[in-house]
Amino acid sequence: MAPKVVLVTGCSRYLGGHLAARFAANPDVERVLGVDTEPPSRDLRRRMGRAEFVRADIRNPLIAKVIATAGVDTVVHASVSANPAGPSGRTAMKEMNVIGTMQLLAACQKSPHVRKLVVKSTSAVYGSSSRDPAVFTEEMGPKDLPSSGYAKDAVEVEGYLRGFCRRRPDVSVTTLRFTNFIGPRIDSVLTRYFALPVVPTVLGYDARVQLLHSEDALAVLERATMHDLPGVFNVGADGVLLLSQAIRRAGKLPLPVPSGAVPGVGRLFRSARLVDFSPDQMRFLNWGRVVDTTRLKRDFGFTPRWTTQQAFDDYVSGRGMRPVIDPELVTSVERGVLDLAARLR
Amino acid sequence: MAEARVIPLHGPDGERSRPRPRAVPDPEPESESGAPAAEWERRLADLLAFVRRRIEGDYQVDEFGFDPDLTDHVIMPPLRPLYEKWFRVETIGLHHVPAEGGALIVANHSGTLPLDSVMTAYAVRAEHPAHRHLRMLGADLVFRTPVLGALARKSGQTLACNPDAERLLRSGELVGVWPEGFKGIGKPFKDRYKLQRFGRGGFVSAALNTGVPIIPCSIVGAEEIYPKIGDLKALARLFGFPYFPITPLFPWLGPLGAIPLPSKWYIEFGEPITTDGYGEHAADDPMLVFNLTDQVRETIQQTLYRLLIQRRNVFLG
Repeated sequence: MAPKVVLVTGCSRYLGGHLAARFAANPDVERVLGVDTEPPSRDLRRRMGRAEFVRADIRNPLIAKVIATAGVDTVVHASVSANPAGPSGRTAMKEMNVIGTMQLLAACQKSPHVRKLVVKSTSAVYGSSSRDPAVFTEEMGPKDLPSSGYAKDAVEVEGYLRGFCRRRPDVSVTTLRFTNFIGPRIDSVLTRYFALPVVPTVLGYDARVQLLHSEDALAVLERATMHDLPGVFNVGADGVLLLSQAIRRAGKLPLPVPSGAVPGVGRLFRSARLVDFSPDQMRFLNWGRVVDTTRLKRDFGFTPRWTTQQAFDDYVSGRGMRPVIDPELVTSVERGVLDLAARLR
Repeated sequence: MAEARVIPLHGPDGERSRPRPRAVPDPEPESESGAPAAEWERRLADLLAFVRRRIEGDYQVDEFGFDPDLTDHVIMPPLRPLYEKWFRVETIGLHHVPAEGGALIVANHSGTLPLDSVMTAYAVRAEHPAHRHLRMLGADLVFRTPVLGALARKSGQTLACNPDAERLLRSGELVGVWPEGFKGIGKPFKDRYKLQRFGRGGFVSAALNTGVPIIPCSIVGAEEIYPKIGDLKALARLFGFPYFPITPLFPWLGPLGAIPLPSKWYIEFGEPITTDGYGEHAADDPMLVFNLTDQVRETIQQTLYRLLIQRRNVFLG
């Protein structure tokens, strides 16, 4: 059954905003409410069409009133985020992620109209270490519980979500554990990381990176909202890139940093406002993470259209990145050497 | 909404979605006179194409981080002289290794450094008619170590745990496991060719769950490459190693002591032990798992004794 009134949190960000736009374009949905603390950009608002923007803070109990008075039957919680808003944004981000989710769940629990909840979580809940199996399935847990940062937020969010499932068994809850997003237009820690002039890596380690194209992410969130598909699902594209390989495909130069110096370099990049890496994201650069998407394909009924490699290439070409080493030059050198060899024969 | 869609250019496997300048379309360039290119020229073209792929990141890696392109071009070639000239490895019963489909090779571990696993992987890759890659299961320590860990993943190894083993076996890979672990590889020289405990039988339950055959593999010769006559426990603790070996040459000769002794090697692959006839929940029967573990262990031990009796000289074979 298609939802009548949909509420989308985090609608001023890429995913939330574009998701609200998709619902607004769907005639089956009567009303679309977008919630965020700051208004969406003009371009995003134009895309969102008939969707209504509610300037509200989900950390505030006011959100309960919005849900109750509008008769919201489906809540899409897309605001759990790894991107701190500013240099002091990490505490605010944690507040928003954890306290915001608590308030939102409390509001959903109170409202008798709510019958579906879709939550954007992250595969970071599995952690990242050398003792982990190569591929995570939904049943696995982290070997070392993430001690701080986004991963810990996500673990806590999922904990509250399980509590909510117990208290409101009549609500269909879909938890989507996304891998890192990539795409020409989305802004994330990873897109900023690969856009750096030289890309710092951890010396002696090469992470396995699984990505998801932002369009696929939107399609998954939309499908979860439009159909009744309760459960926990890993969401990631097929295939894997090694971090070194991704840097080469982007035509960048890696800057290997000894693992002891990584926190310091991370702080440097943070204070220079280039990329804000939390410790769990640095561990990700160390080990990487791959999730099993069998359940997504079989039970959820969705196969990502882009593979990891294609999604990454789309990001590279969409951003108009120029490789440091020109592929034309490589080809011409290769040809030159072979010609020389042929003449020597 | 969906203006920028990437359409895969090269079929479902999506090898490359960005059109890249194609270089050297013909692997065997011919000169104007029509004479076939020399062998060294073909090799040069091969090498240059490899370098170009590396610079552009144009290769495939599987979910375990296995990079076949790098393995075949960089990791395997230097092993060849070691395999052919130094250890003069002789393989026996390679026909017991199936040409396709999942199978689990279980072998004895020895030699202070895991050269036995490296040589077994080379044997299967170079000498087996199907030229299969052996996907080995390694200890956590390997993957925690910088450089070594990354290299291990790229050469197709993964962490020794049941989810990884079963995933590999289900996808039809040939998996290698050395269940004695550090107990086997780091045992003193006087205990050579005495099999240690075979873990907790995790490899048997992985094989039972996936129904693949277990191929017992006995390696003779690896025990003598670095005879471990002592162990500096304090240094081992300091570095976080399971042991710090003393051999007749190491650490006395410094880096020269790291040269393995040129013993003559035999690698014998035994008859496969099938595991698909035990029903669905066979892995939950500990008695069956113990019995199968014992059977594999006994087979390897008996083969080792037989090979040792046949061997007349450690270095000449």
